[in-house]
Amino acid sequence: MTDAVTTPNIAPDEPVGPPVETRVTRLKNFWSDFRQSWVAIGALIVIVTLLLLSFGAPLVAPQDPYDMAMLDWLDAFLRPGTEGTGGYVHVLGTDNAGRDMLSAILYGLRTSFTIGLSAGALALTIGITVGLTAAYFGGRIESVLMRIIDLQLSMPAILLALVLVALLGQGVMQIILALVVAQYAYFARTTHGAATVERGKDYIEAARSTPLPTHRVLFKHLLPNVMPPLIVVATVQVASAIALEATLSFLGVGLPLTEPSLGSLISNGFKYIHSDRYWLSIYPGIFLMITVVAINLVGDQVRTVLDPRHSR
Amino acid sequence: MLDNSAKPLVSVRDLKMHFPIHAGFLRRRVGEVRAVDGVTFDVIEGETLGLVGESGCGKSTCGRAVLRLYDITSGQIMIDGRDIGSVKQRNLRTMRPIMQMVFQDPQASLNSRMTVEAIIREPLDEHTTLSDAEKREKVGELMDAVGLNRRFAKRYPHAFSGGQRQRIGIARALALNPKFIVCDEPIAALDVSIQAQVVNLLEDLQEQFGLTYLFISHDLSMVRHIATRVAVMYLGKIVELAPREALYAAPLHPYTQALLSAVPDPDPEMAAAKQRIVLQGDVPSPANPPDGCNFCTRCPQVMDICRRIDPEYREVQPGRWAACHLHNDMSPAEVADEINAAQTAG
Repeated sequence: MTDAVTTPNIAPDEPVGPPVETRVTRLKNFWSDFRQSWVAIGALIVIVTLLLLSFGAPLVAPQDPYDMAMLDWLDAFLRPGTEGTGGYVHVLGTDNAGRDMLSAILYGLRTSFTIGLSAGALALTIGITVGLTAAYFGGRIESVLMRIIDLQLSMPAILLALVLVALLGQGVMQIILALVVAQYAYFARTTHGAATVERGKDYIEAARSTPLPTHRVLFKHLLPNVMPPLIVVATVQVASAIALEATLSFLGVGLPLTEPSLGSLISNGFKYIHSDRYWLSIYPGIFLMITVVAINLVGDQVRTVLDPRHSR
Repeated sequence: MLDNSAKPLVSVRDLKMHFPIHAGFLRRRVGEVRAVDGVTFDVIEGETLGLVGESGCGKSTCGRAVLRLYDITSGQIMIDGRDIGSVKQRNLRTMRPIMQMVFQDPQASLNSRMTVEAIIREPLDEHTTLSDAEKREKVGELMDAVGLNRRFAKRYPHAFSGGQRQRIGIARALALNPKFIVCDEPIAALDVSIQAQVVNLLEDLQEQFGLTYLFISHDLSMVRHIATRVAVMYLGKIVELAPREALYAAPLHPYTQALLSAVPDPDPEMAAAKQRIVLQGDVPSPANPPDGCNFCTRCPQVMDICRRIDPEYREVQPGRWAACHLHNDMSPAEVADEINAAQTAG
């Protein structure tokens, strides 16, 4: 043996670079970065408040707007701030059936959130599966899957959702299904793009050479490394699902009248907007806008924080 | 130094790994990249076979193909008496633990979202039935063996230096008590000051665990330090394979000669006196290799026959293999016959 190399064979005791990092500190770092933007903090507070109010609607709302026994025709079209027969002030007025608008909005928001979140989660799951499969296996599978995705993305999501709702009929499940079909392609494409990059890295080869079963390589190694861009897309897509559902309901093909969402409230009030009863449409519209904008603002800040080029 | 009767742990025969080139809308197959094109070698138990060659010559592909990270085009791979060349990927899972790999870039080969412990432990989770405590102890032992402090088991790879990360990669490769490890340029991405530590570690581990290495590198000096025998690759083929001392003292193949003459000499006087062989032109594309010998387009000693007939890879001296017409003991008449045969055939 040549004696060129005689360095002692012990690694330095202290790791260099940043000190101990665990899952907890990782979250803490994320949070301290996220906190940098006051706008995002405000938006987050708004979202949390709306979530609490809407899912706690049965406890918070002055009345159950869908309990016919609690409605009184005498309360119809009360202006915002008027006291009704129930003995309390209708802060946002009442509608043509004497429904308290604030209660209707909170219940409607609950429906909108339920649809947006479950459609988003389902679309995310399907999109991840399609995108990861395409990127990992490559070849013909990839060509076929991604051409289908391209084809679908060339059609406007709203058009696709409209056609599907027309075919499937009205109802919460139907509209969730339509939204999932319209949106999974965005997740699939994002996953595919990120996973193609990660697929070429050595840690995937290392996992394959260990060897680990395919599902473990896919979901334990590949997936966590493509999550950051997906989280960003997911927030934006939840907002867009809520808006899309409102659009469908506004057009009258979304939810049935027995399960109104913000969209159907706006649609209902729209008939009276020219007779100076602006509050029937405007207030649900404002709530919809605040919700969508707040989710987008939070998504924007998440993107900034997760961007590798973003410096601390 | 090397006992010729020693039994080969790994034997590779005529291994070919061709990657198809697809083009056009229908992705028709329009050609293939012959990354590894008929490679034959043995790795004897306990030895280190160095595999050297310039970038793109197929040495990494060769190492990965031997581990069946690819589905090989053709050829035979025997590891520890078992033919793994034709086994389906699915069935490889149970037998692969005896062969492992250490990668070039420890930054890229460690999943940045897993702790050191999780990384080293994962092979154990998948291939052993040890209890949780046993696994943790085994991870600790492995960290000791590669010179990492056990206290850092819960940290993420990015908290470590390049050399330490490579130690993590080595510990992972050792987890399943392999016999054969393919080291794919394990030191190329490291600081020069760290390279020596890692190479020494690999040597210590080889002694301690009785490992056999296929050591892929483009660093001829490092290969000289660690390898028992050295194989030189050029454009998908092994051009020469010989015991280390013999190869460095008297290279037979003109490509090996050129390669060795490019190694910098630390002594300026020696360096000035050294005759460098500078090759002209570029390496031909492995998608379209030349007729005859692959090296004929750049060989300083090219002959007529080289452009027509691919030289046979054969044992030219005991223990020394080469693929070159200069070391062919055919008579001129036989050479003429060969040329005629090739012309009528082609």
